[in-house]
Amino acid sequence: MSVFIIITLIALVFIIIYQIGKASEYATVLRGEEKVKAQTNRTIALLLVVVFVLGMWGIWKCNQLFDGKMLPIAACKTGENFDFMFSITVMVTGVVFFLTQAVLFWFCFKYQAKDKQTSFYFPHNNKLEIIWTTIPAIAMAILVAIGLKNWFDVTSPAPPDAKVIEIVGKQFNWLVRYPGKDNELGKRDFRKINDANNVLGLDWTDPHNMDDIISQNGELHLVIGKPVKLLIGSRDVIHDVGLPHFRLKMDAVPGITTTLWFTPSITTEQMKAITHNPDFVYEISCDQLCGKGHYSMRGTIIVETQAEYDKWMASQPSYYAGNNPSAAPAAAGAPASDSTKKESVKEVTMK
Amino acid sequence: MSNEIIIEGPNVAHGAESATDHHGHEHHEQHFIWKYIFSQDHKTISKQFLITGIIWAIIGSLFSVFFRLQLGFPDSTFPIMEKFLGEWAKGGKLSPEFYYALVTMHGTILVFFVLTAGLSGTFANLLIPFQVGARDMASPFMNMLSYWFFFLASIFMFTSLFVETGPASGGWTTYPPLSALKEASMGSGIGMDLWLISMSLFVVSSLLGGLNYIVTILNMRTKGMTMTRLPLTIWALFFTAVLGVLSFPVLFSGLVLLIFDRNFGTSFYLSEIFIGGKALPHIGGSAILYQHLFWFLGHPEVYIIMLPGMGMASEVLSTNARKPIFGYFAMIISLVGITLLAFVVWAHHMFVTGMSPFLGSIFVLLTLLIAVPSAVKVFNWLTTIWRANIRFTPAMLFALGFVSLFISGGLTGIFLGNSALDIHLHDTYFVVAHFHIVMGVSAFFGMFAGIYHWFPKMFGRFMNNTVGYIHFFITFIGAYLIFWPMHYEGIAGMPRRYYDYSAWESFKHFQGINAFISIMAMIVFFTQLLFVMNFIVSIFRGRKMTTLNPWGSTTLEWTTPIHPEHGNWPGEIPEVYRWPYDYKDDGNGNDFIPQTTPLRPGEESH
Repeated sequence: MSVFIIITLIALVFIIIYQIGKASEYATVLRGEEKVKAQTNRTIALLLVVVFVLGMWGIWKCNQLFDGKMLPIAACKTGENFDFMFSITVMVTGVVFFLTQAVLFWFCFKYQAKDKQTSFYFPHNNKLEIIWTTIPAIAMAILVAIGLKNWFDVTSPAPPDAKVIEIVGKQFNWLVRYPGKDNELGKRDFRKINDANNVLGLDWTDPHNMDDIISQNGELHLVIGKPVKLLIGSRDVIHDVGLPHFRLKMDAVPGITTTLWFTPSITTEQMKAITHNPDFVYEISCDQLCGKGHYSMRGTIIVETQAEYDKWMASQPSYYAGNNPSAAPAAAGAPASDSTKKESVKEVTMK
Repeated sequence: MSNEIIIEGPNVAHGAESATDHHGHEHHEQHFIWKYIFSQDHKTISKQFLITGIIWAIIGSLFSVFFRLQLGFPDSTFPIMEKFLGEWAKGGKLSPEFYYALVTMHGTILVFFVLTAGLSGTFANLLIPFQVGARDMASPFMNMLSYWFFFLASIFMFTSLFVETGPASGGWTTYPPLSALKEASMGSGIGMDLWLISMSLFVVSSLLGGLNYIVTILNMRTKGMTMTRLPLTIWALFFTAVLGVLSFPVLFSGLVLLIFDRNFGTSFYLSEIFIGGKALPHIGGSAILYQHLFWFLGHPEVYIIMLPGMGMASEVLSTNARKPIFGYFAMIISLVGITLLAFVVWAHHMFVTGMSPFLGSIFVLLTLLIAVPSAVKVFNWLTTIWRANIRFTPAMLFALGFVSLFISGGLTGIFLGNSALDIHLHDTYFVVAHFHIVMGVSAFFGMFAGIYHWFPKMFGRFMNNTVGYIHFFITFIGAYLIFWPMHYEGIAGMPRRYYDYSAWESFKHFQGINAFISIMAMIVFFTQLLFVMNFIVSIFRGRKMTTLNPWGSTTLEWTTPIHPEHGNWPGEIPEVYRWPYDYKDDGNGNDFIPQTTPLRPGEESH
């Protein structure tokens, strides 16, 4: 019933508006078309100026509204570069935005049709065209130069001492694998995946796997000041490791391994102080639509000191120990005859 | 068939005024079906595209209202939604599956069915024969097929809304493996099959139309209508068609491979997948391959949507500024530049897929190059209204709004095209804001400008001005209020395509702003319904057109009778002597000289 009433009401409002429009049409004829048209033209020109002024005021208000709601300072060096480059781009585009919009609305007002006014016949001017081809081209060249420098920084090979951690997306959570004491991630194969006791399909014939630690709650522990290289993978569909606080993002694509490296520079505790938010947490958002639970595919990052990290690491059982309490290494050897031996952590060479 | 109804009247000269009260042609009265349904008349086909497009636009934007309700008010229930959506909104709250289905359908419908078919279908059909001076398209039959393939595509897409597992829900880009595997999502079931069939038919429609437009423009120009005397609308529609003809087949190949992966066990896009509790046999495919094929159309598609608006805005601006478009040749060259660059920038949608950084850097360079021809166009539009004599018709307002929105949306493209910035902004609300302003609202403004401007040519009546002004101001202000705040959310990293943000420490404090955006979106939606009502009522009750050339335009369509028959001109097709932007004193007190007026002695051609 309420639906019916709402629809009727809306229809009624529409009819009223249309009748007003219609009435104004008749009124135009009665009062003299030319006169009314000129009057309307003046009103519209004035309204456009009002819209522009209100718009500028609105932008000001919007900036105030969002003040304090934006991301805190970037938590890694490349992120700082991002913020710097972002500000430059905002300034360049901002100037162009204000100038062109101001000119657009000012011309609308200034050159509104008037009695006995004729337009200036001005079909082309090559000098002007050259000027406004060159200036944007130079501006773009500068932005491209800054951009590519940062781009190659972000995508450069990770330093050799970077800690390698694997992060794998699945519907709908993140699995994080640490290499354990041997500092090496073992091989894995998607055919060995078993949700009960082998979520990443670790190949138990590979001794490197025995001490690997898997965190299934999507918690990524990092050490401040230590570069980390993420090996990003997916078990099912495309996901994306979104790290807004680090200004980074990389897709997780089934079948290939992508990488991302950075050096966290602010611990979670320090960030709590910076943001005055005791609940602050670095979040990993899935940024590629991956199904109905996409919006809930949340991971977290804990950036801590080396001591805190070591303490946490010591408390983590290896995935093997946690899931195969009875399985002896010999029994696990059986599927080793698998002929399709596959190197599963194959990296996409970023060259 | 067209020959039957065109009587070549040697005595009816190009003085079209006399032809209006001259209804004495013999012609066979066509049957209703051939005249209005399976019509081969470009004018009727254009109306068919427009009306189908409007119906789709209402459906598509209604969907956005539904999911904006969820985004704005995630804790509330709206029993009214249950009335529309039934099971999908049990108790008045959208289910996540259907939220994603709505998002996907909103994108597919608006991008393809409204802003591609509805926009170039309408105006290419209407304007090309009119403005180049042809009696119809090169192949009226193919033109008819083009509409009916679109109609068929529409039927399949519409049907997919009602299947039990819901329509496709993997986003309008439908990336595999999500879209390829039934286990991955409910929408990847029969709904996705229907989506693929529908889109394949759509490609057929688009190719039939596009080829026709190109051939007509190249071959069927009237005497004197050299390429450099074509109005910019035609140039824009020409490049739109070229883009479509060259890139839609690539999408088609991508879709066919996806159909194979879904149904015939191939592994083009699938590799090393464990889903639904088992490992799939697919190995060696590449999910990224689909993205390359998709965006090879997907990016030119953006310009397929933008160019008609650019052309129409140029035409409407010049006509209502009573001043020639500034830099006609620069406008054409910039269109050429945009068209060429459109083909070599597709991978800027894929900076974060793990593609080679070097390749990425090439795409950065090429992408930012597009800013140059775009800037040239903007400066030329601004110079066009400098020292003009502007009449603010509703069409003119929408053309000016188009320029304003194109600037705003274009500038944010400079952020996203630069990979070092995209790596943070990718798939956030910044992207949503960017493309909605530039190829959503701005393209719509181009379309509205076209509808208000050529409505009299289509239906012989005017749309109501007052309602048009209300429509413009609410839509213009509303669009900025909706999308401006979204930029900030995106800079703060808020991801797009989320059903609910309340569990996220980093994004939950934007709730109030999301609610505000949703309210504005609803206001703007209802304002569009107001436009639709104005459109429909004006077809039957609008103020009648009494003069042939109500806007004082120079182009050929205004030399046809108020209600042109199939064949457009009752007599001979008029000859063209000058470029289409001679808005200057004709010596008789008029401020324009139609293209059909011969050069005066001593007058130099443009």
